[in-house]
Amino acid sequence: MAEKGIGARVPRKEDLRFITGRGRYTDDINQPGQAYAVFVRSPHAHARIKRIDKAPALALPGVLAVLDGQDVAADGLGNLICGWLVKSKDGSPMKMGKHPLLAQEKVRYVGDRVAVVVAETLAQAKDAAEALVVEYEELPAVVDLAGAHEGPLVHDEIPNNLCYDWELGDKAAVDAAFARAHHVTRTELVNNRLVPNAMEPRAAIGHYDPGQDAFTLYLTSQNPHVHRLVISAFVGIAPEHKLRVVAPDVGGGFGSKIFIYGEECVVLWASKKIGGRPVKWTAERSESFLTDAHGRDHVSRAELALDKDGNFLALRVNTKANLGGYMSTFSSCIPTYLYATLLAGQYKTPAIYCDVQAYYTNTAPVDAYRGAGRPEASFLLETLIDQAAMEMRMDPAEIRRKNFIPKTAFPYQTPVALVYDTGDYEACLDEALRLVDYAGFPARRAQSEKNGKLRGIGISCYIEACGIAPSAVVGSLGAGVGLWESAKVRFTHTGKVQVLTGTHTHGQGHETTFSQLVAEKLGVPYEDVEVIHGDTEKTPVGMGTYGSRSLAVGGEALVRACDKIIAKGKKIAAHLLEASEADIEFRDGKFTVAGTDKSKTIGEIVFAAYVPHNYPAGLEPGMEESAFFDPPNFTFPSGTYVCEVEVDPQTGEVDVVKFVAVDDFGNVINPMIVEGQVHGGLVQGIGQALLEGVRYDAGGQLLTGSYMDYCMPRADDVPSFEVHTVRGTACTSNSMGVKGCGEAGAIGAPAAVINAITNAIGVRVEMPATPERVWRAIQSRPMAKAAE
Amino acid sequence: MRISMTVNGRAVSGEVEPRTLLVEFLRNQLGLTGTHVGCDTSQCGCCVVHVDGVSAKSCTMLAVQADGCSVTTIEGLAQGGKLHPLQQAFHEHHGLQCGFCTPGMIMSAADLLQRNPDPTEHEVREWLEGNLCRCTGYHNIVKAILAAAQTMRGMAKAAE
Repeated sequence: MAEKGIGARVPRKEDLRFITGRGRYTDDINQPGQAYAVFVRSPHAHARIKRIDKAPALALPGVLAVLDGQDVAADGLGNLICGWLVKSKDGSPMKMGKHPLLAQEKVRYVGDRVAVVVAETLAQAKDAAEALVVEYEELPAVVDLAGAHEGPLVHDEIPNNLCYDWELGDKAAVDAAFARAHHVTRTELVNNRLVPNAMEPRAAIGHYDPGQDAFTLYLTSQNPHVHRLVISAFVGIAPEHKLRVVAPDVGGGFGSKIFIYGEECVVLWASKKIGGRPVKWTAERSESFLTDAHGRDHVSRAELALDKDGNFLALRVNTKANLGGYMSTFSSCIPTYLYATLLAGQYKTPAIYCDVQAYYTNTAPVDAYRGAGRPEASFLLETLIDQAAMEMRMDPAEIRRKNFIPKTAFPYQTPVALVYDTGDYEACLDEALRLVDYAGFPARRAQSEKNGKLRGIGISCYIEACGIAPSAVVGSLGAGVGLWESAKVRFTHTGKVQVLTGTHTHGQGHETTFSQLVAEKLGVPYEDVEVIHGDTEKTPVGMGTYGSRSLAVGGEALVRACDKIIAKGKKIAAHLLEASEADIEFRDGKFTVAGTDKSKTIGEIVFAAYVPHNYPAGLEPGMEESAFFDPPNFTFPSGTYVCEVEVDPQTGEVDVVKFVAVDDFGNVINPMIVEGQVHGGLVQGIGQALLEGVRYDAGGQLLTGSYMDYCMPRADDVPSFEVHTVRGTACTSNSMGVKGCGEAGAIGAPAAVINAITNAIGVRVEMPATPERVWRAIQSRPMAKAAE
Repeated sequence: MRISMTVNGRAVSGEVEPRTLLVEFLRNQLGLTGTHVGCDTSQCGCCVVHVDGVSAKSCTMLAVQADGCSVTTIEGLAQGGKLHPLQQAFHEHHGLQCGFCTPGMIMSAADLLQRNPDPTEHEVREWLEGNLCRCTGYHNIVKAILAAAQTMRGMAKAAE
């Protein structure tokens, strides 16, 4: 292993600019002649726009333009789209409501974009936005799943607000298994709605250059090429070759910056409307709460059939999913293909059936948020299994062990479409139980009891499918795009390396991990590798970063580009060393004639490629290679998380006192970065379990619209963690054997926390398990009632 | 209104409106974009700077309130081309991911360590109540601050 190669805990390259305040985020960029955009948003959850009077706003100083939905229509701009077509049980396509850049006729959630004001200064734009007159006819709103089917229509043309009614699995086999079951465990549960809350709010600077007839858009994006594609092909603001999209430093995404929103498109269009001055918009946090795509929001019924020994026979699930007022970019696939396909978990349950109804409501659009569908599946399955264990008086660890897919059974075809390539679930469970001292728990519980606290322990064995994704598979399931990834490796004359990647780093540390990978593969110093990303004018077309795909898909593209470099280098080396190409070996940055001491360094070979005075006939000069990689399968990280809580029965307060995470991520390039990813995911998962939850009132007003009302996890809400990766089972879909690690924490943690609380107090509490909910649950216990 | 102050050891002055926030003055007029704005309710702490040596949320202070003061931002923390021990520790212990909350975290932690050079983990976590991070889960931030505290105690001892 090179000193800073694969497996080394290398501190990150990107840190220097961030710790010295020299990062360059979108809002840090200012351009000459820049104007400012402020959006006028709907104060109503559901209303008809009767009249917009622009005159009072246009009359104010500094105002350059006021644009509304009619202007969007007049310019023939297309609607925002959902790029994944899901079909209902009857074969009919999902019903996609129109999603214009600025509202036309109706507004469908509080915060819906009605108009944009562009002015010389931000203050002038704000003043003019206040002055704009919009008359509404308020309409009754539907805000939750309970009222969605019978409620007022969000899109007049879509009956029952039903976008699709979808199913997966063998219903007949499931029904038959239930008919012969010894025991059936049933539950209903809510997966609470969350706001992603990247710390950097969304921002954009759109610039139309009349001289070049070309557009540039700086924005907070996880996938600049996808933004370019949709803005060009569907919205139609600029042809793709005349649109440059740059995502500079981006302050966290967690899914929320994948999507193509209206605001970023509007500033680009507005720049042209005002004659080519740059137009900047930066969201205030209130706008982020109102308009960033939210996550989760499921209501489910689940049933698990077991035989008398606790073997799982079948699983039946019905889920209702909230899509919000419009379909966001990938919203349709989250509660379907990224959810129901994961319901097998780590278990050999032979029959599974799930159906999902997705509804529109008068709330913000809902789309992927860290984990996206997989946390919902994992939470449902892992809490259901705990309930089954309790009902059948079995140990939660042992009922899981009994039902695990054995490590000899891989590759394993689940009854819900996926083929798991590798895994060893018992290894993670055993290691987690050892680290948490499972056997010592009764003594710790007794000690807590002496202190007047209720102690509980909860296990969660998660699996996820990530490294999204094999294009042929996602295409057959309805995806409108391919999900390969790209990389280019470019040597310079002096032997330095530029790596251009189609992925985007916004906290994941690609600049470091990819440099380690290239240093190892090509035997060049880590310091000599520069990773470039986030600019459609520099990088090859790529699909971006989400679904824990950057290393498993983008990293493999990089490996293959390196392989091409080595292959070309061998030709040059063979020529220079007067040997047969077949006899050239490459190792540690040196091309050697096998069995001799004749060799050339990669630097010498690269120089020869650029100064080809003595060069193989017919070979192109230069040393720059590209690769595109489309994996044959997803990667399937898995692991066991164990949480221990102490509950104060007097207040209902839950203290997470211990958290052990053991993950199988296959091979690991930089363990320090991987552990950091897990830490962050865990706190998002613990946040979902204990603190976070979006609330709309009955009229559709967002009650949790700031950090005063939406409870973000703070440093004193969480403990330090014990995070370990086992010597993993190598993934077979890429040559590195790596699996994705970005979402695991958020997927596995909620069930561990909730199971621990249930274990402590004897009743399951809905998420977020706030002190009030926990206290009420304690009061409702049969024991508490008996004592009264 | 005309205001003058010392920012990162340099005398600066400028014209501001009475409503201009300190963070706006720093970012827009002085070009010190290391200080970030992550919320509009004074909770996220991305905008923490030092005013006369004490940490303050620069989104909650008018620029005119800092008139005549000495302000230190993240750009002014490293001295003589050498990273502050907190900056070094955040780097070594992977105390940052996207980097957006980092300047505020470091400036806030710097104030903690001048008040309490030997904090417990619990004290560090309580102190960070006004700084949100969505990436790191705080684990490595806390670790970095404790490590920097140790380094700084060692430096103080060596200087004695």
